[in-house]
Amino acid sequence: MGRDFEDLVLPDNVSNVAELIDFIKQSDAIFNDVFASTPRILVSVNQVVVSKDCRLAEDDEIAFFPPMTGG
Amino acid sequence: MISVQHEDFDIGVEYESLRSLAVSPGAIVTFTGLVRQIYDQDSESEVVQALYLEHYPGMTERKLTDIQNQAHSEWDILASKIIHRVGELKADDQIVFVGVASRHREDGFLAAQYMMDFLKSEAPFWKKQRTEKDSKWINSRDSDLKAIRKWR
Repeated sequence: MGRDFEDLVLPDNVSNVAELIDFIKQSDAIFNDVFASTPRILVSVNQVVVSKDCRLAEDDEIAFFPPMTGG
Repeated sequence: MISVQHEDFDIGVEYESLRSLAVSPGAIVTFTGLVRQIYDQDSESEVVQALYLEHYPGMTERKLTDIQNQAHSEWDILASKIIHRVGELKADDQIVFVGVASRHREDGFLAAQYMMDFLKSEAPFWKKQRTEKDSKWINSRDSDLKAIRKWR
């Protein structure tokens, strides 16, 4: 997505990961393009991979990335 | 023990370290992964000149520790070590090491394979390949996901 990190203040209607994805897709065209063109994007909250219904809290560290390819 | 590092490693040193750490081991299993001479996933003709390994600092160490702890709870093992390199690597370079000291060989073999299988699909490392033409991220393989399903 062309950036390492970004601090976001979430609106009241964003309480989980799925809502966060909708929010950032609407607020930034780059996110929209990346989510549209990438088949599988994983999400972690505080460095643990979670599903899209994971609830978010203040100061959470959220990351989006493709499937891992190490080893 | 785990280590995420730029530097190369010496499997002789790692073997001796496991040997001295474990109390009376009957077996030491080691696995070393190397960078293959690889070809572009799309064109399949162009040779990849280098691999760049990126990771997610913090989460990587945490995930590797989880995988290692899980292996220690599943099998009777005495000591283990995971090393994964990051940064730029070339064909034939060492990239990953897993070593396990155990009382009996079966626990060592299984624990080493378990750690490698989960490391490949769940530890946050990503490979970018560089050819003469361009650089691009490597896609994950279905076979790696299948490899972890067999443990469940």
